Amino acid sequence: MRRSDLGEFEEIVLLTVAVLTPNAYSVVIAEELEAQTGHTVTTGAVHAALQRLEDKGLVNSQMGEATAERGGRRKRLFTVTVAGSRVLHEVQAVRDRLWQRILPNALPKIDLA
Amino acid sequence: MSKEDHIPPRWLDWLLERFCAPHLWEEVQGDLHERYQLRSKRTSKQKADWLYFRDTISYLRVSIFKRKDSLKPILTDMLRNYLTIALRNLIRNKTYSVINIGGLAVGMVVAMLIGLWIYDELSYDTYHPNYVHIAQVMDTRTFNGESTTSDLGAIPLANELRTKYANHFEHVSLVWKNYTHVLAVGDKKVAQSGVWTQPEFPEMLGLHMIKGSRGALKDPSSVLITNSLSKALFGEKDPLGQIIRIDNMAEVKVAGLFEDLPKNSTFYETKLFLAWDKAVSTFGGGVKEAQADWDYRNWRIFVQLKEGTDIHTVNNIVKHIAQPHIKEGKEEILLYPMSQWHLYNQFENGQVAGGRIQFVWMFGIIGVFVLLLACINFMNLSTARSEKRAKEVGIRKAIGSVRTQLIGQFLSESVLISFLALVLALAFLWISLPFFNQIAHKEIHITWASISFWTIILGFTVLTGLLAGSYPAFYLSSFETIKVLKGALQIGRLATLPRKVLVVTQFTVSVTLIIGTIIVYQQIQFAKNRPVGYNREGLVLIHMNTPELYDTPYNFLRSQLLLTGAVKDMARSSDPTTDISYIEKNISWKGKDPSLVPLLGSFAVTHDYGNTLGWQIKEGRDFSREFPTDTGSVIINEAAAKLMGLKHPVGEHLSSPGQPDRIITGVVKDMIVTSPYQKTMPMLYMLEYKWSNFIMVRLSPSLSVHEALERIEPVFKKINPGSEFDYTFVDEEYAHKFSDEERIANLATIFTTLSIFLSCLGLFGLASFMAEQRIKEIGVRKVLGASVFSLWQLLSKDFVLLVSVAFLIAVPVSWYFSNSWLQQYEYRTSIAWWVFIASGTGALLITLLTISFQTLKAASRNPIKSLRTE
Repeated sequence: MRRSDLGEFEEIVLLTVAVLTPNAYSVVIAEELEAQTGHTVTTGAVHAALQRLEDKGLVNSQMGEATAERGGRRKRLFTVTVAGSRVLHEVQAVRDRLWQRILPNALPKIDLA
Repeated sequence: MSKEDHIPPRWLDWLLERFCAPHLWEEVQGDLHERYQLRSKRTSKQKADWLYFRDTISYLRVSIFKRKDSLKPILTDMLRNYLTIALRNLIRNKTYSVINIGGLAVGMVVAMLIGLWIYDELSYDTYHPNYVHIAQVMDTRTFNGESTTSDLGAIPLANELRTKYANHFEHVSLVWKNYTHVLAVGDKKVAQSGVWTQPEFPEMLGLHMIKGSRGALKDPSSVLITNSLSKALFGEKDPLGQIIRIDNMAEVKVAGLFEDLPKNSTFYETKLFLAWDKAVSTFGGGVKEAQADWDYRNWRIFVQLKEGTDIHTVNNIVKHIAQPHIKEGKEEILLYPMSQWHLYNQFENGQVAGGRIQFVWMFGIIGVFVLLLACINFMNLSTARSEKRAKEVGIRKAIGSVRTQLIGQFLSESVLISFLALVLALAFLWISLPFFNQIAHKEIHITWASISFWTIILGFTVLTGLLAGSYPAFYLSSFETIKVLKGALQIGRLATLPRKVLVVTQFTVSVTLIIGTIIVYQQIQFAKNRPVGYNREGLVLIHMNTPELYDTPYNFLRSQLLLTGAVKDMARSSDPTTDISYIEKNISWKGKDPSLVPLLGSFAVTHDYGNTLGWQIKEGRDFSREFPTDTGSVIINEAAAKLMGLKHPVGEHLSSPGQPDRIITGVVKDMIVTSPYQKTMPMLYMLEYKWSNFIMVRLSPSLSVHEALERIEPVFKKINPGSEFDYTFVDEEYAHKFSDEERIANLATIFTTLSIFLSCLGLFGLASFMAEQRIKEIGVRKVLGASVFSLWQLLSKDFVLLVSVAFLIAVPVSWYFSNSWLQQYEYRTSIAWWVFIASGTGALLITLLTISFQTLKAASRNPIKSLRTE
C-alpha cells in the first residue's frame, strides 16, 4: 500500500509537529494552525491527521506528562521520524525547484503586504 | 470567571466516551479539555461550548471508534496449531476418538440412509414427465353410511369425461388391470405382466421410446414392450415388426420399444402395453356389455389434465357426474393426482387420508433422533473431557486467547471430527446400501456425481459439527483462567446437569424405540397367529390364462391330476384364495332390513373346493355331488351369517334380482381372504363352474413339494402345450400380506439397535470418565475398606437413576404413539404392560453391562497406584 503521499493538511500538520517538537501534541498543533491560518481547526481533525501520519510511519508518539488543564490526563507527544523528515525535505525540494522555474511575470502580481 | 465555568458540557463527554476506543480515551479527553480551558480563557462560555461541540463531533470517525487490536497471531499459524492440538488429542485418547468418530459416523449413515429412503419415496413417479397433470379417477361408493373407494370405474364414465369435459382433459384413457401374460415367440415363452390400454396411455406416461412411437397402439395389433423384455424375447435382434403370441390366443406385432420404467414408478411391473381394441376383439372381457352400464366398474381410468387447469376445480366439476346414472347408493368421483399415488394410498369417505406418508414421517423422525443421539454422545464426551482440557483453556487464555478464538478452536475441532466421521460414514454407506436396498425393497443409488448430493452432505456435516461442538465450545471457553490454572475448577452439580439431561434424552429415545419396535412385532405376530381358517401348506394356484386351460373339462383334469398320485384334490374358483374381486350388493334374505345394502364378497367355486382348501364346516354341510340340487346352492361364512342375523341360516333362501334364489347349504368358519388386519369379510361361496379363473391344487403331503410339482407338470404341459407351467404357492401369497409391515419392522429393528448402540457407546465413554474423575476417591474408599461391589454400586447408581428417569418419560410417550399406530388396524393386539417392564429392564441391564466394564475396572484397581501421586 502506497501511503507515502501526503495530503495538504497532513503535510502542514507534519510541518507543525517539526516546528513544535519537543512539545507537539494535538492541542498546541491545532492552536498553532489556527493562529497561522486564521481558520478554526478542530482538535479532532488534527488528531485524525496525526493518527494517519503515525500509520504511515512519518511521526512517532509517546505519552507525555499530565497537566492540570487536562484534568490530570496525559497527552500524546509527537516527533517526526526519519521517514517523516525525508518526506518533508522532498516536498520542500519539489516546491523549491518548481518556484525557481517560474519565469518572472508568469504569476499575476499580487500585493503581499 | 469562576472555576465551574471551565467545565465543558458533560453529555458530550459521555457521548464520546461511548464511541471512543478505550485506549484512546485518555489522550482524546485530555486534549479536548485542555483546549476547552484555553478557549474559555479567550472567549465567552457559549462560544467555547459551541467549539467544544464541534471538536467533539470532529472526533466521531472510524479510526477513533476502532478498538485496539488484540495481539493477533497470523490466522494460518493458529489454525495449524488448532489442527495439531486436535489431532494430538484424538491420538492420545484413542478410545474416545473411536467412540466419537465411530458413533458420529453411525449416526450419519443412519441419517443418510433414511434421507435417501425419504428422497426415493418422495420422488415416486416423478420419472413420468406429465407427473403433475396425471390423475386416476377413483370411485367412492357409499352404502349404509360406509364408503369404499375403488380404483375401478365404468366405461361410460370415461366416455363422458372424454366427450363432455374435453376442455379440462388433455387425455382420458381406460386401462385394464395388470395381468400376467404368457408371451411366446417361437419356442421361447416368457410370463410378464402387462396391460390392455387405450392408445393415449403410453403418451400420457411419457414412456421413453428407444424405437417406434408412443402412439403405436392406435393399430390394435401392436404392442409396446420394455427393453428388458425385448432382450429376453429377441436377444440382440431388432424387435420391431416381430410377432408375439399372447396367452396363446392372439398375435401382436412389436411396434415400439421403451426404456424400462424405474422401480419407483407405479407402473414398474408393467412390461408391455397392449391395445384395448385387441382385447375387445379377442376375448371381449365384458367391454361390449359394459358400454352403457354405469354400474359395471371393472377398469382403471386415467386422465391427463390440460395445462393450467386446477385439479380441485375440475374435481368439483366432475364429482357427481356418475350419480344420475347409477341404480343405487351414492357415487362420487375423485381425481387422484399422481403425486399422491404412492404416499397417500388410504381413503376415508372418498378423500385421501394418509398412508405411506406416515412411514416417511416416522423414519424422518427416527433419522433425526439417531443423529441427535450421536451428537449428544459427542457433546457429552467433550464436556466430560473438559476437565482434562481445562488446563489447556487456562493456558491459552493466559497467553492471550480471547473467548471467540477458543470457541473457534473447539468448533473447528468438532467440525474436523465430523468430517472424519463423514469419510467413515460414506464408506459405511457404500457398504451398507445393497443390504439396505434389500431390506427396504428399494433400488436406491447414490448419485456420487450430483452437486446437490454433495452440497447437502457437506452442509449437513458442517451443521453436525457445529451442533455437536456448540455446547463444549461455549462451555469450555467460559472457564475462568485463574481458577482453572489454580486447579480450583469445581464442576458443580449445575455443570453436569446438561449432561444428565442429554443422557436422559438419549435413553428416552432408545427406550421409546424399543417399546415401539416390540409392539410393531407383536402386532405382526398377532395377525400372523390369527386363525386363517384353512391349511395353506402345499396349496398351489394356477391362473387360467389361456383358452386351453378354460377348455379342458374339469373332471378330466381332476382325474388326470389325481392319477399322478401327487395330488390330494383339485378345485377351481373365480378368485385366488387371498383376494376378493367381486362384491355382491343386491343379495336379500328373509327378514332383511330393507335399508341395508349388504356387501358380500363372492366366490364361484366347484364341488371340491372345500375339500381342497380344507375349510371347516360349522353348520350344515359342504357341497356334494350326491345332491344335484346343490347347483343352485351357496355356502356362507360366519361373518355373513352374523351380518344376515339369521339364527339358523342353513336352508334359508338368498335372492338376487334377475337370478334364481340360492339355498344356504352350510356355514363355514371365517377364513382370512383380504387383509389379516381387517375384520373378516362376509362371504358367499356359490357353486358355479363357468366363472372359474383359477385352478387350485392341494399337493399330497406324502411327497415333497418339488417331487409333487414335477409329477403334475406333465399334465399341464399336455393340456396347455403353448405355455409354461406357471403357478404360485398360497402360503407365499398369504405371506405377502405381511410384507409391508415386516419391512417396516425390520427397518425399525435396525434403527432401534443402532440407537441403543449409540446410547451405550456414549454411556461407556461417560462411565470411563466418571471412573477416572473419581479415581482418588475410589482409592481412598478402598484403603478404608470399601468392597469392589460397594464401589461398583456407588459408580453405577447415578446412571441407573438417569435410565430410570428416561424410562418413566418413555412409557407414556411410547404408549401414545404405539396406540395411535395400532388404531389403523381393525384386528389389533392390545398393548401389554409387560412390554414396558421388559423394555425398561432390558435398557437397565444393557446400561449396567455397559458401565460395569468401566466401573469394575476402576473399582478393582490397586489404590496405591491412584494415591501415590499428588
